[in-house]
Amino acid sequence: MRRVASQYIIAWLIRVMTYLIVFVIASIIIKILWNGLPVINWEFLTTMPKRGGSEGGILPAIVGTLSLALGTVIIALPLGMATAIYLSEYAKAGRFTRTVRLAIVTLAGVPSIVFGLFGLGLFVIFLRFGASIIAGCLTLACMILPIIIVSSEETLRAVPKSFREGSLALGATKWQTIYKNVLPYSISGMLTGSILGIGRAAGETAPILLTVAAFYLPRLPKSIFDQVMALPYHLYVLATQHPDIEKVRPLQYATALVLLALVLGVNLVAILFRIHIRKKYRW
Amino acid sequence: MKAAWKEKAIRLMLFATASTSILIVIGIFVFVGKEAGQFAIKPGLKELISSRWMPVSFQKESFGLLPLITGSLLVTALATILTIPFGIGAAVYISELARPAEREILKPFIEILAGIPSVVIGFFGLVVLVPLIKSSFSLSTGLTALAGAVLLALMAIPTVVSISEDAIRSVPASYKAASLALGASKMQTIWKVTVPAALPGIVAAIMLGIGRVIGETMAVMMVTGNAAIITASPFDSVRTMTATIAAEMGEVAFGSIHYRALFCVGIVLLLATFGLNIIAQKFLKKYRMG
Repeated sequence: MRRVASQYIIAWLIRVMTYLIVFVIASIIIKILWNGLPVINWEFLTTMPKRGGSEGGILPAIVGTLSLALGTVIIALPLGMATAIYLSEYAKAGRFTRTVRLAIVTLAGVPSIVFGLFGLGLFVIFLRFGASIIAGCLTLACMILPIIIVSSEETLRAVPKSFREGSLALGATKWQTIYKNVLPYSISGMLTGSILGIGRAAGETAPILLTVAAFYLPRLPKSIFDQVMALPYHLYVLATQHPDIEKVRPLQYATALVLLALVLGVNLVAILFRIHIRKKYRW
Repeated sequence: MKAAWKEKAIRLMLFATASTSILIVIGIFVFVGKEAGQFAIKPGLKELISSRWMPVSFQKESFGLLPLITGSLLVTALATILTIPFGIGAAVYISELARPAEREILKPFIEILAGIPSVVIGFFGLVVLVPLIKSSFSLSTGLTALAGAVLLALMAIPTVVSISEDAIRSVPASYKAASLALGASKMQTIWKVTVPAALPGIVAAIMLGIGRVIGETMAVMMVTGNAAIITASPFDSVRTMTATIAAEMGEVAFGSIHYRALFCVGIVLLLATFGLNIIAQKFLKKYRMG
């Protein structure tokens, strides 16, 4: 009898723990929505900040974050997809493949601030890009590369072997087979992985801190060698570095909300996309 | 003939792109290591083994890493203590006890947490958690190691839940059936059969979670108070390795000793996460084979 009671207690305990996590997530989102939504209006989203960020909008930070995310994907997507194609279609078990896999796992574990140091050392200083959009994008691309590779490889491997065998048996070459009979079925899955990567790149602060982000720069970038403001860094600055933190609290909530909406929105698109694909291709 | 050349060229190109990952890893070690190496030559690595981190001083600067390392360790240890029960508890609940419909909602919902940018979590910590800690423990400030640890646990939990849940679910159904057939109850089966069978995967999940915790920067920097002192109390303010780099890099002169000292902090971080990652991979391999 006592054993049964303790079983119930443990089952309840882990249920409470699970819902406590859910409660915290919900309260983060609700708190930011509740306080941020009243502040957000068209003007906030489309005008320059004024007086060191105490007033005005966050347009340059939005533009900055979008351009960083876009640039990062343009760099990381082809590299990641090509690597995934190599790993799933060409690679033979051996030292090179093992090393590539070890490198990918290592990259996935490198702390974001260390990517920042790397970007600072290589792109900003050694290659003389200076603190610029291009340096930031290259740094972020290195960071999201493993996400794109791993998810792309998974979708490639999900395409049945018979698709390849059928094509090869008809006399197609290996690349023709991949191009005509494997990629069409996996391209959307690969895009899903990269959308998740975009979300990560848009939300990261530490790497751009050292390679691109400007503290306060109320104008739009003209070239990829310009510095930009970025939403996550702007939020950090408003919340911890601003001379009057309490006064700009509403702006902090609004900035947090825009960032959260952007990142979760991107992730949501990826999730819906994935559900759609799973329904479309089933074998 | 032309086709054969094209095939070869494509193969070579893909091979080359696959090598970029290796090149990036080497690049990271080289470019972080280079500056740290300069520090090792002058003023020497002995500088780092000291309990004072005072990079800017009128008398003598001091670059002791010990307070930063202990700061990171304290926050990481506290976060791990919080993450393990919640991570495993939620994973077990979702995989074994939740109804199917409940599971379909719970898992993606917890994974949303992984998508929230760390600076937003840090901001939430600043406006909600820090005042809460201050008032409930009646401290002079809520900017403590504990605040950092709670936020880090929040960031590690989705990783741990997601990977552990996969591991628990991949335990063969025959194990559970055998245990239940022998008269064990559902809970006995979960704790004595299913969870032990999934243990390598769970350990790997925790390792990867800790890896994320050690490397986390923004949330920690915003709520731990950033005092470079050696302490074991969760109610003290601490300064982690990551926060030190992020906070000070903007203000140092390129090529100065302080600049190089920050790269030394970076290499310590890099080696720590690299080591954890390798161990986690060993465990993951074990559970995938088993």
